[in-house]
Amino acid sequence: MSHFISNPQNNPLLVPLAALPVMDYQDFTAEVGKLMADEEAHCANYYAFPLNNRLKFICIVANDREHNLHILSHEQQAEGLTLHSLTAHHPAFHIFEREICENFGVIFDGHHWLKPVRYPHNRARKDYVMDNYPFYSISGEELHEVGVGPVHAGVIEPGHFRFICNGEKVLHLEIQLGYQHRGIEEIMVTAGTGLKYSVLAESIAGDTAVGHSNAYASVFELLAGIVVPDRLQIERAIALELERIAVHFGDMAALCGDVAYQLGQVVNESLRTTIINTTQAWCGNRFGKGLIRPGGSNYPMVQEFTMAMLKTLDSSIKRFSGMSDRIFSMPSVLSRFDGIGVVSPGHARTVGAVGMAARSSGIMRDIRASHAYGAYNSVDYEPALVDTGDVLARALLRRMEVEKSAELILQFIELHSQAESVTSKPVYNAQLIPDSLAISLTEGWRGEICHSVITDSNGNLFHYKIKDPSMHNWLALALAVRDQEISDFPVCNKSFNLSYCGHDL
Amino acid sequence: MLIEEINILRHHGLQYVPDVSRVELTPLFRGKPVISPAISSSEAEILMGLCPTSAISIEGGIQIDLGKCVFCKECQFTCPGKIKFTNDYRMASSYRKGLIINEGEDKPVSVDPAFVRKEIRRMFRKSLKLRQVSAGGDNSCEMELNAAGNVNFDMGRYGIEFVASPRHADGIVVTGPITENMSRALQLTYDAIPNPKLIILVGTDAISGGVFSGSPALRRKFPDNIHVDLYVPGNPAHPLTFINGILDIIGRKA
Repeated sequence: MSHFISNPQNNPLLVPLAALPVMDYQDFTAEVGKLMADEEAHCANYYAFPLNNRLKFICIVANDREHNLHILSHEQQAEGLTLHSLTAHHPAFHIFEREICENFGVIFDGHHWLKPVRYPHNRARKDYVMDNYPFYSISGEELHEVGVGPVHAGVIEPGHFRFICNGEKVLHLEIQLGYQHRGIEEIMVTAGTGLKYSVLAESIAGDTAVGHSNAYASVFELLAGIVVPDRLQIERAIALELERIAVHFGDMAALCGDVAYQLGQVVNESLRTTIINTTQAWCGNRFGKGLIRPGGSNYPMVQEFTMAMLKTLDSSIKRFSGMSDRIFSMPSVLSRFDGIGVVSPGHARTVGAVGMAARSSGIMRDIRASHAYGAYNSVDYEPALVDTGDVLARALLRRMEVEKSAELILQFIELHSQAESVTSKPVYNAQLIPDSLAISLTEGWRGEICHSVITDSNGNLFHYKIKDPSMHNWLALALAVRDQEISDFPVCNKSFNLSYCGHDL
Repeated sequence: MLIEEINILRHHGLQYVPDVSRVELTPLFRGKPVISPAISSSEAEILMGLCPTSAISIEGGIQIDLGKCVFCKECQFTCPGKIKFTNDYRMASSYRKGLIINEGEDKPVSVDPAFVRKEIRRMFRKSLKLRQVSAGGDNSCEMELNAAGNVNFDMGRYGIEFVASPRHADGIVVTGPITENMSRALQLTYDAIPNPKLIILVGTDAISGGVFSGSPALRRKFPDNIHVDLYVPGNPAHPLTFINGILDIIGRKA
């Protein structure tokens, strides 16, 4: 066997480093080519890190049909390294090869554009700075450029958008990120201790605090050999679905706001409040910070809370449903959503879109179904799917997913009432299995979150790699606005609602 | 058609918080902590080792610095009965030391008028336009600031609003630990705001760097070199903490 293949539904996954063959680069590219020929496969992460004066590369390919993970690895001398690019044949690798190039100076021969990803403080080329970045340009008398950001009009995170327009029409959008870079992967390893890992994990992207802390808790527990009770797994899944519902409500509000439908905006805003206040009633924080901890919970779900949550959920879903009926039948809303910002299934697959960005373009890609983890193994769940790939599709998908999440929560509560009534306290410090690679995939509300951790021979954290779904999906947004009016950019952007800090790390 | 909307409005009801200064948040909300004087020095040592952001220190007695605290409440779980996070959301202070909670002290964190510049109350009491800049924020503080203007908290009723251009703004609201990559844009935005201007730091990350403190990817010269008018702690800061803090510095009742 040239690479490691997991058993189906083995998520999170532990691989002893000794069980991970080091491949010859040619074999590696050939094998990746074979795996990626399957339409149901996508790259969950591909990254490099320094190991014994060499660079070790890890590539994780997830296959949705076989429900398994393929882990491939190769090692190279870092100095002056040039490799044949995978991106030339598999464009979805573009972001990963760019990241490796930026971090370690590896040149990928055949990559069309080794554009900087986030200007990390420890990048290979310190002479590459944001201020002298040469944006892509097209010359022509009738063309003009529009630069937006990093500081935007609203209260949102920073990023730069450079449009090349012909009149009102966008020919090309280039997105430059990196403003949010906090060095979080590095400080996970250098400054992380016990509790601090958890606090860092929930700060990767605060709007996905539950999703990312779930991914962290899973890898930590796996490495520490902790098996958590079913009851706790169920509570985590409920927290994840509450997070999804809350953000989807908020996104529907933002979408309505962008097309000047104020009733849709304020009603959905208030609905979001009811859900995040439910999370606050559960754990004292509206974003669920502090709720997910490895090994146990400080906030076990109690009967009184469950009843209150069900009541809130029931009334919120009813109100949301009534509001949505109205939103999706209003000509003035539909004309701003329908056919706007289309990402075709082909494009979505090409860029390696995950999560909502994939499922609104007809690609069934959902870790909860394909690589089920924890309590998702015990429920019936069929992801919602829309295939038109426009703003309307992304709005409709949110509506459908809210209903799916509410159904899931009901199933989880049923399981919770049957689960053995054991509670456990969080475990922050534990001996970790040495010389191992641990990977966890979690379907956050945006899509697939991948945390991938390596331990050294003493069982210390040696390398921590985080992938937010936004890594894949930002390019889908850039494609969505091509040939659209620039005035439709805000609504396109909101329909994706991608993370800046999750991308910039 | 219209009937549908009327029905929606009927179910929507009145969502706004009538008095933002007197809300009883859920009992578990992690707000201002109270430290019991009965805490032993060995317990204090344990807590100092536990705190992920070194917010706990001993200076005379044990102290918690809300400008560093990430409100994880682990100190309370470790020493129950000795430390208690109350649901008091009024934690904003006009000076940095005002965020320090001392052992045995149970007085509200408040804005000391002596630290508020006179022109602020004179000029901004009835209308305050703010420009927000996220400099490495994790988007939770940003979402809470948006929520401060939503149908529930509605800070617009006091004339407080976020605006798009720094040229239209009376002050800047900074979130995030201030990354190196955002430091220049933050400075440019600040410089573009006409004088006199307010500087407000929202969230533990902005106030001290929080859990990112010490990261080589940060550049925290901006808040270190400037007079800050208001510190709003939280992880993220609750909309009510923010609104009440602002009302206090502009000298307005809720």
